[in-house]
This record gives sequence, C-alpha cells and structure tokens, in this order.
Amino acid sequence: MATVSTPSGVPGVVIEIGGLPVRLRVSDPEFIALLQERYAGFLTTTSEPRFEFDIDLQPPDIDYLDRDVEVVYDAGKWSFARGDFYAEWIPSAGRGRIRQTANPYSIDSVMRILHTLLLARERGFLLHASSASAGGRAVLFAGVSGAGKTTMARLAPPSATLLTDEVSYIRKLPDGYFAYGTPFVGELNTPGENLKVPLAVLYLLKQGPVNEIAAVPEQVAIRALLESILFFARDPELVKLVFETAADFVRQVPVRQLTFLPDARVWEMVLQDSARRS
Amino acid sequence: MPAFGSFESKCVRKGSMEAASQKRYVARSTQIAARAVGGEMMIMSAKDSTLFTLNEVATAIWEAADGSTPLDEIVDQNVCAAFDVAPSVALSDAEDLVAELSSHGLLLVSDQPISSTGGPAKETP
Repeated sequence: MATVSTPSGVPGVVIEIGGLPVRLRVSDPEFIALLQERYAGFLTTTSEPRFEFDIDLQPPDIDYLDRDVEVVYDAGKWSFARGDFYAEWIPSAGRGRIRQTANPYSIDSVMRILHTLLLARERGFLLHASSASAGGRAVLFAGVSGAGKTTMARLAPPSATLLTDEVSYIRKLPDGYFAYGTPFVGELNTPGENLKVPLAVLYLLKQGPVNEIAAVPEQVAIRALLESILFFARDPELVKLVFETAADFVRQVPVRQLTFLPDARVWEMVLQDSARRS
Repeated sequence: MPAFGSFESKCVRKGSMEAASQKRYVARSTQIAARAVGGEMMIMSAKDSTLFTLNEVATAIWEAADGSTPLDEIVDQNVCAAFDVAPSVALSDAEDLVAELSSHGLLLVSDQPISSTGGPAKETP
C-alpha cells in the first residue's frame, strides 16, 4: 500500500481526489491502515502533494460533540471545526493540521471541506449528486434527499462506471466541465472509480409514474444546482465565485429534469439521451 | 430560499407620488452575488449563501438602488412609470421589499445618501 515516508519522519498517505494530491501525516499505524482502506483507489505516491496536513488523534471531547460545522477564514488561515474535529489550513504555506478522533468520518468531512475551498477558486464544486461514466461521458443525478440519487447509482448497468453515489466532483478545465470519481460514499457504501470524465448532462431527479426527460428553465436549473452544491464557508468572495460558477455551469452543461420509475428502464433512456449529447 | 414577488396589484391610476416626509435611501450591498436570469434577478447573500429571487418589479427597484436616489423617487420613476400599479400600493410594496432585503443584509438603508463604501455619502463642497 502507498504509505509515504516524509522528511519529518512521520508516515503518511497521499490522497488524490479530483487531480489534487493532499498528504496526510499521522503516526498511528492503525489510522494509516484505515486511511489506506478507505481511500484505496485514490492513493498516490507523488512526492509533491499540493498540500500537507498533520493529523493529531485525540479522544472525543463530549462538550463539543454537538457543535455544527463552521468554516472561517481569518488572517491567512482557514479553520474548519465541528464537534468531532478541528482543522487549520494555511493555503500560502501549503500546510495544515487536523485534530480529530480516530474515525473515518471526521477525516472524510475535513477532506470534503478542503476540496470545496480548493474548487471554489478553480471554478468547480462538490455536488450532492450521484454520477457515473457511460460511453465516455459523465451523467450526474442530483435531487433532494429521497429523490433517487442512490437508486440511480444502484440501477446503473454494467456498461456504466460509478463515479460516486453521494458526492460528485466537478471541475472546469479549458476544454469544458469534467466529473471526477470520489471516495465519498453514501448508502451504497461503494467508492467511485478514480476517473476523470467529460460531463454530458446533469439530471434533476424526480420520481414519478413515467420515465421522462424535460427541459428546465435556466433560473430553475441554477437554483436547483445551488441547492445541491456543498459549500460550508461563510466567505463573501468564495460565495460569489460559487454563484458565478453555478450560473456558468448551467450555460455550458445541459440540465434536464428526469422523472423516473425506479427500475432499469430509466437507464436505457439516460444512455440514449446522454449519447445524443456526445 | 425566499422569492419576492408582490406587486400583483394592477394600476387603477397613474400619478406622481406624494413627497415622503422622510427620505430613505437604499443601496445594494457589496456582500452579494447577483445575476439577471429569465426575467428574474437571482441574488445570493455572500454572508450565508441564502438565495433570493426577485420578480420583474422588484428587480426594477433593486437595479435602481444606487444609494443616491430616494426610495420614493425610485418607485415613482422605475415602478409607476413602467408598470400598471397604484402609487400608494407600489410604495407600500417597495417598503416591504426593502425591509425584507435589508433584514438579510442585501440592501443598505439610510436616511442619508449612501456612498459606494456603504456609509453615508459626504456632501460635495
């Protein structure tokens, strides 16, 4: 497995999600093993990660366990806090540290927050959506809780490759928007494949009596997209960037409403529709 | 996700508005992101990411909220002159809109002209 020795002598792993490698250093071998298992498929051995974090494992502080997530920027430093973790990150130094309990959910949350901040400046975002690669193009399925994101992932045919059943990773590159696979798992508890795929279409899910794909007015698409974007920081500059990115995305990527019956036939329609857009 | 869409009343007459006893000035906050889409103005609060949608009439007020034009003049020039709505109704609805948007930090309100930095504008010597 990809355990990396570091100049400090503290072992660690480098996790590359969305093409952005981040080194996590921690001295506890059991926690390293946990990271290796959870992020298998997203580990890399690069010696030049974009950012490095030292993890300090601590017992839970029951006085703070109910604390909601808070992401704040002050004096060149980001701080992420929730009941089960506290992290600091200095972007200009490329370094940070994480204090958390020894569980995978805390580091998963820290990684998600970190990537929302990284992506905001790169015209990308994390989206509460499942996604898959089909025919060399990515299709996204977004919707409110219970709309069918996991169902669409579960019904995916063998010809489709799951990118995520929970959190989609979207980046804008010079040649358009791309979806990346993520290790962030939902109900399926199955990590996505570590792939980078040009984006074909975003479907807004709605379960109904028939399978049907319909156009969506631009303002409805922007609103739905913003409702599904994961973003935690109360930072005016980044919020503006996320808003502008959402508006740009809707101009560049087809957004359609997908009303569907939860059986395999819906995927036949999705494959035909996405192929038509290729 | 609030949507502001009053101004439903149709005009029974058009006319100039009575001068308000106390001038109120409104200015768009800089802590927002906004974009006109499909006849609506979508505004996101940069402080808490709350999304707001303004209808056509509310958008006219929003766009005219330059900090230097009193609200009653904005309503007179940008609402009554362009839409069939009674002046008293228009002003009342505009005041409700301003109260709502200012409570979310999207609009700044003052009894003096507001400078681009958000404070009262200094008088020109």
